[in-house]
Amino acid sequence: MARRPDSPEDERALIDALRRRDEAAFAELVRRYAGPMLRLAQMYARSAAVAEEVVQEAWLGAVQGLERFEARASFKTWLFRILVNRARTRAEREARTSPFSALGMDDQPGADEPAVPRERFRPASDPVAPFHWGAPPRSWGGSPEEELLSKETMGVVARAIAALPPAQRKVVTLRDVEGWTAEEVCNVLEISDTNQRVLLHRGRSSVRMALERHLDPN
Amino acid sequence: MDQDRPLTCKALVELVTDYIEGALPPADVARFETHLAGCPHCRVYLDQMRLCIQALGRVPGEPLPPEAIKALLAHFRDWTRG
Repeated sequence: MARRPDSPEDERALIDALRRRDEAAFAELVRRYAGPMLRLAQMYARSAAVAEEVVQEAWLGAVQGLERFEARASFKTWLFRILVNRARTRAEREARTSPFSALGMDDQPGADEPAVPRERFRPASDPVAPFHWGAPPRSWGGSPEEELLSKETMGVVARAIAALPPAQRKVVTLRDVEGWTAEEVCNVLEISDTNQRVLLHRGRSSVRMALERHLDPN
Repeated sequence: MDQDRPLTCKALVELVTDYIEGALPPADVARFETHLAGCPHCRVYLDQMRLCIQALGRVPGEPLPPEAIKALLAHFRDWTRG
């Protein structure tokens, strides 16, 4: 029976080959993970060059530390934890030498921003329906899927992600763009499940608002 | 959450992610769905959040630039030589 190319069995075979220093196995793992690694590293790094260096350091760490990797664990989670550790160390080092530093706030859920601006709801004093919709969302048209998947809309979504605070951007990117599970995200970013959901909620809500402004400008 | 009072729309939009993620306790799921059954606006909102997640899933990921891949493979040879 043919194996699915990205199945766990297949990955175990790749890791075994990597332990034997097999270059083809390394190239295949790079093909699978280096793109998402670079995207995540960019959320910590100041420049694309630094992000690429961090990715390189993480692969070096993984190749050299492979004997410490336990075969039953998830290679992806293990690899990305190495990446995040390198990226953090690097960012901290740079923050010490830079007067412009926004570190420290980074993995906090952020201000208690509502998912939808307050003014779109009726006020508490409303005699009929306090805190119900005043300016409700309107359905996004007859063929939402088609328009949603247009290049233009994808651009809106990509810009909305880029505008998110870093901690929200990381969670939304890993969960919704890369398709990771909540557990994987919590393990790699070392955040609690609750924190993960708060960040996901804030991030998705902002992206929804950006989509609404684009698809229903009135 | 106050168990006795019905949900407002303003409260519902803050629970949407927990609802979609399956993280709401059963009693809150019931309140959420009761509100939804009677509120077309919140149904549109939930639908938009789902469309939003779908759209996020379609954002193309860029692969590592070919030069960077080449550099990694060259490093790999260095790392494994010693």
